[in-house]
Amino acid sequence: MIEFQNISKTYKPGHPVVKNLNLHVNKGEILVLIGPSGCGKTTTMKMVNRLVEPTAGRILINGEDISMQNPVELRKNIGYVIQNIGLLPHMTIAENVALVPKLKGWNKADYLQRVDELLRMVNLSPEIYRRRYPQELSGGQQQRIGVIRAMAADPPIILMDEPFSALDPISREQLQDELLRLQETVSKTILFVTHDIAEALKIASRICLLKDGDIVQLGTPEQILRHPANDFVRDFIGENRLRSEDSLPTIAEVMKPPVTSRPNRGLAEATMLMRKQKVDTLLVVDANRQLLGKVTMWDIHNRFQNEAILLKDLLRPVLYKVAPQDSLKEALQIISRHAIAYLPVVTDQNELVGVITRSCLVDVMAERWLDSETINLQEVVPHVDQSA
Amino acid sequence: MWTSLLEIFAARFNDILLASWEHLQLTLISLLLANLIAIPAGIFLTRRRKWAEPVIGVTAVFQTIPSLALLGFMIPLLGIGKIPAIVALTIYGLLPILRNTYAGITGVNPAAIEAGTGMGMTSLQILWMIELPMALAIIMAGVRTATVLIVGVATLAALIGGGGLGELIFRGIAMANSPLILAGALPAAALAVFFDYALKHLEYRTQPGNLAKK
Repeated sequence: MIEFQNISKTYKPGHPVVKNLNLHVNKGEILVLIGPSGCGKTTTMKMVNRLVEPTAGRILINGEDISMQNPVELRKNIGYVIQNIGLLPHMTIAENVALVPKLKGWNKADYLQRVDELLRMVNLSPEIYRRRYPQELSGGQQQRIGVIRAMAADPPIILMDEPFSALDPISREQLQDELLRLQETVSKTILFVTHDIAEALKIASRICLLKDGDIVQLGTPEQILRHPANDFVRDFIGENRLRSEDSLPTIAEVMKPPVTSRPNRGLAEATMLMRKQKVDTLLVVDANRQLLGKVTMWDIHNRFQNEAILLKDLLRPVLYKVAPQDSLKEALQIISRHAIAYLPVVTDQNELVGVITRSCLVDVMAERWLDSETINLQEVVPHVDQSA
Repeated sequence: MWTSLLEIFAARFNDILLASWEHLQLTLISLLLANLIAIPAGIFLTRRRKWAEPVIGVTAVFQTIPSLALLGFMIPLLGIGKIPAIVALTIYGLLPILRNTYAGITGVNPAAIEAGTGMGMTSLQILWMIELPMALAIIMAGVRTATVLIVGVATLAALIGGGGLGELIFRGIAMANSPLILAGALPAAALAVFFDYALKHLEYRTQPGNLAKK
């Protein structure tokens, strides 16, 4: 999707900010650029929408050299979210969100409908928020608007420059979750800059760790955690991420975001989602994330020929679940006693918040183990992988 | 004295009305010209920031020249009458508008401009959709200062044959006729207060924070 070819950027001669960088961003992934300040991560990102021009090298989007394109037209097709939000205070929320569609010449009915649709996607009621002004919203709400504004004209690529770093920790967590949830439905190619390794590990498909304009390591969060390339990466990940407390972590800390679908989705769509997410069971939730039941790959396979069937027709009850405040030990017991692979985590109000899978448990064990025996990493990991 | 003031007002009602009208004309034409020159110039300076300091410096020098002296300079250059008066008043109104336009636009939150650029706005769109609306309150404050200044200095226009309420004031002084002085001074003061109030209201309405309450 986006390809950096031998990209360099020098502001002061002799002090390159980015050095001969080669990087391929795949379609539909969240690639996180991370590193200490001055590592060139923001500069690298801003070259994609030509806010910064490279000193040498080329950037291709879908195989086309962007230096040949009109920067204004290029930017209309790339969403952009900045740290300082940058909403326009003299425009209403709806006007802010509709900016790019308007610039692209959409007609009014279309962009008004799009605004409402986007507001609903981030759980802000259009009737209430459409006509408000940015300063009437909280910081977290404003950045939600910043994010949906970037998605308004449905650009295939979105650039995010430390979008959540100015928010309080709770809003930050929420927005990260929402971004992941949105990404499940819209599948954009996202280039995300952050200096927060916890954020990177949480949201990244792949992480690109930069230092002094060079790529130190590129890999999935798992790969980086398990096989840090050198001491710099190890320091950057931080010892606390491989912690070993005496007590087990809580369910809330271990659970993963569930792969969910809605009851009125078709079977082909469900199959695609399962294949993409590499799961064999989908949890079906309603609009309020209430857990309705599960659908297995086997059931779908058996009924796949019948196009009229929707997921709700194949629902099976979920027999075992845990609450986020339960102890991990309980979850372990249920999983091993009933030989199940998959344990949904629901709140007291039956709202689905995550899943505990066997692989999360393995991750927990592996991390605890790795911490005490970091040197034996290479020996330990294959062994753990086999048991998973 | 109050009765004689009323008599003067009654007797010279047409003169006062004519002088007020002339005064208003002088003020509005000069103000319009000052805006037409200073706002585009202020915008231009935000695009050529190196020039900002010298150009604003020159207008500040104009402002420093005593108003009477500035009107005096006009006589050898442009003679007497309305036109030299308008030129002098226009020059006098430039600084506040120019300075506030420049300060207003350079003070716009850079995040808003970065967001606009990143969304694919042209620099003209950024000017019209982001910079001018966000700087409007500050530009309006400059216009208001210039207006009040011009209304005041316009009373001196009478000295170079520009007409206006100054005519009545100077005639009153020459004849040692206090009611006649007041017949010119009171409407001049009223005009200044009125403009100030009206523009203050307009200025308030243009502040982004107040848009929601309108």
